[in-house]
Amino acid sequence: MRTSVAVRAGVIAVAAIVIAVLPFAMSDYNRTQGANVGVFFMAILGLNIVTGYTGQISIGHGAFMAIGGYTTAILTHGHGWNDVATLPISALVGFAAGVVVGVPALRFRGAYLALVTFAVALAVPQIAKNYSGFTGGTEGLQLPQHTGLWLYGTAWTCAAILFVLAWLLLRARTGRALRAVRDSEVAAASSGVSLAVYKTAAFGVSAAFAAVAGSIYVLVISFVNPDVFGLTLSLYILIGAVVGGLGSLWGVLVGAAFVQLLPIGLTSSHGLSSQSVPVIFGAIVIVVMALVPRGAADLLRIVAALSSRKSQDNPLGLEGR
Amino acid sequence: MAVSQLTRTLPTTVRIKWTGWVVPAILAGGCIFLVVGSIQSALFAQQTVSGLANGGIYASLAVALVLIYRATEVINFAQGALATFTTFVAWQLLQWGLPYWPTFVLTLLIAFAFGATVELVAIRPVERRGNVLTVVIASIGLLILVEGAVGWIWKPTVRFMPSPFPLHFWNVGGVAFSSQDIGTIGVSIASVVVLWAFFRFTKLGLAMRAAAVRPHAARLVGVRVSWLLSLGWGLAATLGAIAGLLVAPNPSVQLSPSMMDGILIYAFAAAVLGGLESSIGAVVAGLAIGVVLSLLGSYVSWVTPQLQLPAAFVLMLIVLLVKPSGLFGRTTVRKV
Repeated sequence: MRTSVAVRAGVIAVAAIVIAVLPFAMSDYNRTQGANVGVFFMAILGLNIVTGYTGQISIGHGAFMAIGGYTTAILTHGHGWNDVATLPISALVGFAAGVVVGVPALRFRGAYLALVTFAVALAVPQIAKNYSGFTGGTEGLQLPQHTGLWLYGTAWTCAAILFVLAWLLLRARTGRALRAVRDSEVAAASSGVSLAVYKTAAFGVSAAFAAVAGSIYVLVISFVNPDVFGLTLSLYILIGAVVGGLGSLWGVLVGAAFVQLLPIGLTSSHGLSSQSVPVIFGAIVIVVMALVPRGAADLLRIVAALSSRKSQDNPLGLEGR
Repeated sequence: MAVSQLTRTLPTTVRIKWTGWVVPAILAGGCIFLVVGSIQSALFAQQTVSGLANGGIYASLAVALVLIYRATEVINFAQGALATFTTFVAWQLLQWGLPYWPTFVLTLLIAFAFGATVELVAIRPVERRGNVLTVVIASIGLLILVEGAVGWIWKPTVRFMPSPFPLHFWNVGGVAFSSQDIGTIGVSIASVVVLWAFFRFTKLGLAMRAAAVRPHAARLVGVRVSWLLSLGWGLAATLGAIAGLLVAPNPSVQLSPSMMDGILIYAFAAAVLGGLESSIGAVVAGLAIGVVLSLLGSYVSWVTPQLQLPAAFVLMLIVLLVKPSGLFGRTTVRKV
C-alpha cells in the first residue's frame, strides 16, 4: 500500500500545481469561472462527508451555502468586516445550522430525510426574503468587487485547506466510524459508535464546508439575494457529488468541474442556441448515470485496479456503493 | 454499549403503538373543525374550498410520485416537468383549434405514451446498473432536460391556458363557490378514484401491485415486471398531466416552463406526509396541505406569502417527528 500512497500523493501534487499555475494562463473571466469550480468543490466535498461517508442523503446543501453567503454579506455590508475574516465565522454559523438540521434528521432516513433537507433548501431563501431588514430582501446586498485572480486564489486556498481537513477527518478513526454508520447502523452502534453524535457531527461539518463555499460564492458574484441560492444550486451540488463518486474525495474535483464547466462550455460552444444547453446538460447527466453509475471515482478505481492487476484490492479501502 | 442504548438508537422500531385510531381521530376532528368553521363564516368556507382545490392538485401529483416510489423506491423529481410538457402539448392542440375535452383526453393518452417512453429510454438503462440514488440523479437530469426542452420548443414566455370549467359561481348560503374550484376538486378526486379502482379490481392492477411489492416472486409467477414499470411511469405521467391541466388556468400559476416546480414541492410533501407507500395517505395529506396553507394565509397574520412555505414545512416536520413513517405509512423494523 505504501506505493499507492506515494502515487496518490504524486497525483495530488500534480493536481495542486496545475490548479495553482492555471490562473496565470487564463483571462479574468475564466479565473472567475475557476473560482466557481472551487466553490462547487467545497460544497460537494461537504456533501460527500454527510452523504458519501455517513450515508445520509441531503438535497439541502444550497441552504447551508445561503447561510454562509448571508453571514459574509451581512458582516461585510452592515458591520464593515474584512471579507476574508468572515470565513471562519461563516464556517461556525454553518456548523451550528448543520447541527440544528442534523438533530431532527436523526429520526429520518432515505426519502424522508431527502424531503426534510429539501424543505430546508426551499425555506431558507424564503426566510431571507421575509426578514429584509437583515438580508436586503429581494433586492439583496452588494459586496465589494474583487479581481478574478484574487477570487481564484482565495477560493482554491480555502478549497485546499478544507480538502486537507476532510482528509485528516476521514482517514482515521472518525472516518471509519462514519463509514460504519453508513454501512450498518446497528453494527456501528454495537461496536460502540454513537450514532447520534457522529451523524449530527457529520451534518455540522458538512454544513460548515458548504457555508464557506457559500461565502466565497457571494464574493465571486459580489452580491447576494435569495434567488442566488435557489433549488437548482442544491440539485447541482447533488449531481456533482454523484457524478464525482460518493464516498471518494478524489472524485470531488471531477464533480465540481462537471456541474460548473459543462453548462458554460456548452453555452460558449458554437452552433448551439443557449436554450438547448439545459437539454444537452440533462441528457449528459442521464447518460453518465447509465454508463458510470458510481461516478468518476469508480472509473479511476477501475483503471487503478487494472493497472496494478489487483482487482480484489480496493485501492481506496472503501466499500463502493 | 449496553443493549438499552442499542434499542434506543434503532430509529424505526415501534415504541408507541399507533393502533389505527389516532390518525383517523385527528383527521375526523379536522373535518369537523372545517365544517363548523364553514357554517360560521363565509370567508372560512371560501378559503376551505379553494384550499381543497389546490390540495386536489397536490394530491394528484403526490399519487403519481407514490406510484413510482412504491415500485422502485425512487422519488421522481421529473414528475412536475413531465406534467409541464404535457400541459404545453395540450395548449398547442388547443391553439390548433381542437375543442377542450377531446384535447383533454388526447393529452392524457399522449402523457401516458410519453411517460412510458421516458421510463424505457432514460430510466431503465440507468436502473440496470445503478442504485436508487443513481436513478434519482437521472430523474433530476430528466427534470433539467424536459424543462429546458419546453423552454426551447415553446419559448419561455408566460401564456394563458383556458379553463375547462366556464366561469360561474354557485351561491350556497351566502358563499360563492367558483366552478373552477369545484371542478378541480371533482376531476382530481375522480382521477384518483379511477386509479384506485384500476389497482383494486383489474388483473393488470393486481399484477402491478405484485410487481411493486415482490418483484422477484411476481416474475416467477409470470408477471413481466419491467413492462409494468413502464406502465407505472405512464400512469404517473397521466395523473401528472391531469394536475398540470387543472393548475395551468390558475392566474397565480400560469403556463410557463417552471410552473410545476412549486407544486411538485407540495406534492412531495404530501406524498411523504401520507407515508410514501399509500395513495390514500397522499390524497389526504395533499388535501390537508392545501387547506392548511389556504387558512394560514388568510387567518394567521404573521404568515406572510414568503413565510407560507417555511410554515407549512415546520408543521410537516412536527408531524413527521411524532410519526416518522408518515400518517398512513407502515412502521417497519429494519433488519441488520
